[in-house]
Amino acid sequence: MTEPCDPELRARALEALLIGKGLITEAAIDDRITLFNQRVGPMNGARVVARAWADAEFKSELLRDATSAIAPYQFVGGQVDKLVVVENTPEVHNVVVCTLCSCYPWAVMGLPPKWYKDPAYRSRVVREPRKVLAEFGLMLSPDREVRVWDSSAEVRYMVLPMMPENLATADETTRIAAIHRDALIGVAEV
Amino acid sequence: MDGIHDLGGKHGFGPVDHVSGGEPALAWEMRMLHMVNAAFVAGLIGNVDQFRHAIERIDPVSYLNDGYYGRWLGGLETLLVEREVIRTSELNDRVEQLGGVVSRIASRPSALPDRVTYPPAGWHGQRSILAPPLYQPGQHVRALSHGPTGHTRLPQYARGREGVIVACHDGWVYPDTNAHGRGERPQHLYTVCFEGEELWGENAEAGVRVHLDLFEPYLEPAASARRKQDETE
Repeated sequence: MTEPCDPELRARALEALLIGKGLITEAAIDDRITLFNQRVGPMNGARVVARAWADAEFKSELLRDATSAIAPYQFVGGQVDKLVVVENTPEVHNVVVCTLCSCYPWAVMGLPPKWYKDPAYRSRVVREPRKVLAEFGLMLSPDREVRVWDSSAEVRYMVLPMMPENLATADETTRIAAIHRDALIGVAEV
Repeated sequence: MDGIHDLGGKHGFGPVDHVSGGEPALAWEMRMLHMVNAAFVAGLIGNVDQFRHAIERIDPVSYLNDGYYGRWLGGLETLLVEREVIRTSELNDRVEQLGGVVSRIASRPSALPDRVTYPPAGWHGQRSILAPPLYQPGQHVRALSHGPTGHTRLPQYARGREGVIVACHDGWVYPDTNAHGRGERPQHLYTVCFEGEELWGENAEAGVRVHLDLFEPYLEPAASARRKQDETE
């Protein structure tokens, strides 16, 4: 008995077909996978956040024009024509989604997690963000405003989380290690 | 198009599964992702708006079942067949050679596909526009209530709703035309802030604001702003 045609098998068949026709090369795919594994991930965004926590001038530039502020880092991976960074405060919590597809700033945050692209998150977080965030374990006070950012065009969003008190005296390396992907999306705090 | 992809506000999908694995991508999914990139670089599949629209046009059951990279497979295959780079039958043959049985196929190539006769003017979508923006931050606007049959970045949940401009992002390639080969026709892009109650009525969670990036042709002055203008006139 043969296996049904799942997307994995059809994707393998398509890759073999395109390579067989000489239209793309295996190396073009392998090289990009290596590049993404080595250089593209939420550690890039974590470095930006840690710097913003330590450097008020950089933070103000980041909130004013994030695209220019991160340009010197020369992040690769694409999907960040224009970056907007939104700041969490005791009064405001921010959370990012893309309801129409799965837009996400790869160059600063890596590839999005599976749930970010799934129908449940995309359908619900614009309608009932407090409930969705509670499912992630993030209970927000009712008087804290929730701002949802639905990335519907080419602008990409990253959340600047608040620095927790226990990191106030920590060095930069410790802070970077503590800043995780979910906090940059806004479904968790640091 | 009012397709399965336009998920914002839909009911019934249940809890967000943020625990199970497979993220950010399995090995085959990484190959799928970069196969699409390689196809773009090789000029096989046109522009990014065309690709997004191809994903919107795949079989809706596959859209929900096949996961994110399964959707990419459906979109890529759709464009490759429409552009006569491959034939569905030869891909089916390959699947069978690998020991698979061809059942439901996600791709939905059109018999009369859009022809894109110009290359993307660049990887980045930002373009300068000479005309000044029609709206400024603080201005009240209403999103159009129409639902075009083609590609659009105006989600259904915002249609006909009023919000406030909070940012202007200058000119960007207009997905609604670019996806169909009708030119980049750059438009001013705005971030519009909608109150939760405006979008979801009395059942909205308190203290929620939703922001959308909307192109100028999607917007008109809000009814309240129009009334004010009428009174002045």
